[in-house]
Amino acid sequence: MWAIISLLVENKTGILFKITHLFRSRNFNIDSISVGVTENPDYSRMTITTNSDEKRVAQIVKQLEKMIDTVEVKQLDEHKTVYRELCLFMIKLSNANDSMEINKIVNAYGGKVHDVKKESLMVELTATPYQIQAFEELIKPFGIIDVARTGVAALQRSGS
Amino acid sequence: MAIDLINKMETMTGAKALMTAMEKEGVKQVFGIPGGANLPMYDEFARCNIRHILARHEQSASHMADGFGRVSRKPGVCFATSGPGATNILTGLATAQADSAPMVAVTGQVPVNMIGRDAFQESDIIGMSNPVVKYAFQPRTPGEIPEAVRKGFYIAETGRPGPVLIDIPKDVQTGKAEMTFPDEFKIQGYHPWADPDIVACEKAIDMLLNSEKPIILAGGGTIISSAFAELQAIAETLMLPVVTTFKGKGAFPETHPLSLGPIGMHGHAEANKMMTEADCVLAIGTRFSDRSVGTFEAFEKRLKIIHLDVDPAEIGKNQTAQVAVVGDVKASLRIMIKLLLQRAIKKTEESTWIKHVKETKAYWQENLKIHPGEMGAAKILRKLRELLPAESIITTEVGQHQMWASLFYDVIQPGTFFSSTGLGTMGWGFPASIGAKVARPDVPVVDIAGDGSFAMTENSLATAVLEDIPVIVFILNNFTLGMVAQWQRTFYDRRMIGVDQKHCPDYVKLAESYGAQGIRAQSMDELDKAIKAALSSDVATVIDIPIDPEEDVLPFVAPGTPLEDMVLPS
Repeated sequence: MWAIISLLVENKTGILFKITHLFRSRNFNIDSISVGVTENPDYSRMTITTNSDEKRVAQIVKQLEKMIDTVEVKQLDEHKTVYRELCLFMIKLSNANDSMEINKIVNAYGGKVHDVKKESLMVELTATPYQIQAFEELIKPFGIIDVARTGVAALQRSGS
Repeated sequence: MAIDLINKMETMTGAKALMTAMEKEGVKQVFGIPGGANLPMYDEFARCNIRHILARHEQSASHMADGFGRVSRKPGVCFATSGPGATNILTGLATAQADSAPMVAVTGQVPVNMIGRDAFQESDIIGMSNPVVKYAFQPRTPGEIPEAVRKGFYIAETGRPGPVLIDIPKDVQTGKAEMTFPDEFKIQGYHPWADPDIVACEKAIDMLLNSEKPIILAGGGTIISSAFAELQAIAETLMLPVVTTFKGKGAFPETHPLSLGPIGMHGHAEANKMMTEADCVLAIGTRFSDRSVGTFEAFEKRLKIIHLDVDPAEIGKNQTAQVAVVGDVKASLRIMIKLLLQRAIKKTEESTWIKHVKETKAYWQENLKIHPGEMGAAKILRKLRELLPAESIITTEVGQHQMWASLFYDVIQPGTFFSSTGLGTMGWGFPASIGAKVARPDVPVVDIAGDGSFAMTENSLATAVLEDIPVIVFILNNFTLGMVAQWQRTFYDRRMIGVDQKHCPDYVKLAESYGAQGIRAQSMDELDKAIKAALSSDVATVIDIPIDPEEDVLPFVAPGTPLEDMVLPS
């Protein structure tokens, strides 16, 4: 299963290291990780996505809860959560029509085009990982020069 | 209020603040070795009431602190310098972490402005130790030290205990600050003890009452929580047989009629047999280690599991429990006992199951084949048991002798047997026995050792002699790395590689060279005399007992196989 784990941690040196070390030493993979300070500068919010079976996800959540620097650990239900990832694509332009074709796809996905050059353009897309993957499939034929992704940021919808 | 606070403040160096804070924690001694980066702390020993016990290797210092911590249930403290001093304690931290032992290790570090520049004797001990400590602090200003010590000791000894590292850069030791020593503090993300759920306790009782063949599996958590009386009360009230893990050995008096001893790879035959026949287990403070349960799948398939543990992350980690109670196991057991009293439940008549258990126990106590020679392991350890007072403390090294101790040395008084069970650290037992003796100078402390394991930290004899810590090292000397040799005989077609230690060194002469007493015992009569001489000695004693290098530890459950597949001596 794909799991989104949201952590509120103390904003101290070395916490990111400890969290990622825990995943490594407990034999877990991190699919994506995003970290940022919260409205209260004493805390950071981390969002980690991982792939494993239910039992093992429950175990890693418990191990994270056990960590002294974590204040709150939640496995988020993706149906009750807004989760987004920011992705930048550098795409190759080979033919005259490419730019127009790409623009159509970008518009359909609600992306933005930046840095248009003769031989390439850059696209910014904020979407779910599934949508980003679908977008990537569509633009692959044009030639992807580079990709940078932020990892998922997620917050539970209020009342859920 | 503000005036009060100012009155409490005192300007002092970080090193002085460290020692003052440790005195406030009740620390009476530190095991350690000085070096360049911790000299300011060492200088404070001249001006405080804390005793310094000099080790001969930082690893040994950490095991001494560990042994002290396990016996006294208060964190033992070790000091090491930066760089190699700090890396040398990693094994000690990992050992304490694997066995949930309370410890505080204080290391010196290069000055703050040198960190990250590959300075002389710089090591990133905070990074290296991360997976093997419960928590680590690196105060960057002197004023942070008192709180780091207060929190460090609190974290080390509460909930599931463990090792805490405090790494102090040298300039933070020498720098001065206005110090306040906090009594109260907050650690937001730390919840050491949950309140046991009463409904779950009710369910646990119902499940035990509705089972035909219930059993108790007591783990190391039972000893850490000193839930001895509670364990005995519940076993006797419900007339339940008690097996233990190896770490839990001696949680329950092994001379008790309901005791079957440890299960596992080298568990007692009767314990493994009954464990595999049981249909419901009350598992207390155990992580169901592979060495205890054989294979995870086979174990959980055959029975219902009630799991009591202080650490919520242990629930469901290795075994799926039908009922789980999170909390200090002593508190959880007390609730269960109260509920049994309320419901006026007390078993007085022996069930078919308990009769069968007792018959099985009697059979194996009578019929387990042991080494036929005069100086077989079973006979040697039974002799030791016979001559040692019940309250004596045992530590062990790691290897065959350790498993023979598990099989043939019955713990009478709960909580008097300690071993490196999780990490299996050879060389742990002797320095740990020194720490144990410092904690309990009033009782005999014996390190049951093998020659291979003792060789790893034997230079702690200097500490034992010079610091007047008269422990007894009891070496079952088969002149080989015996457990490895047994595996080579069993699994590698007798190709004996790298196991022969020959007769080197001579442990009697070695002991004497340190100023300790060395005695060789080659017969039961000599052994009898040697143990008596050791018990009445004012100096540490090494008893060297040559044994048959071919003697195997049996029963044996091979790694990766279920307990049912136990191999018995033939």
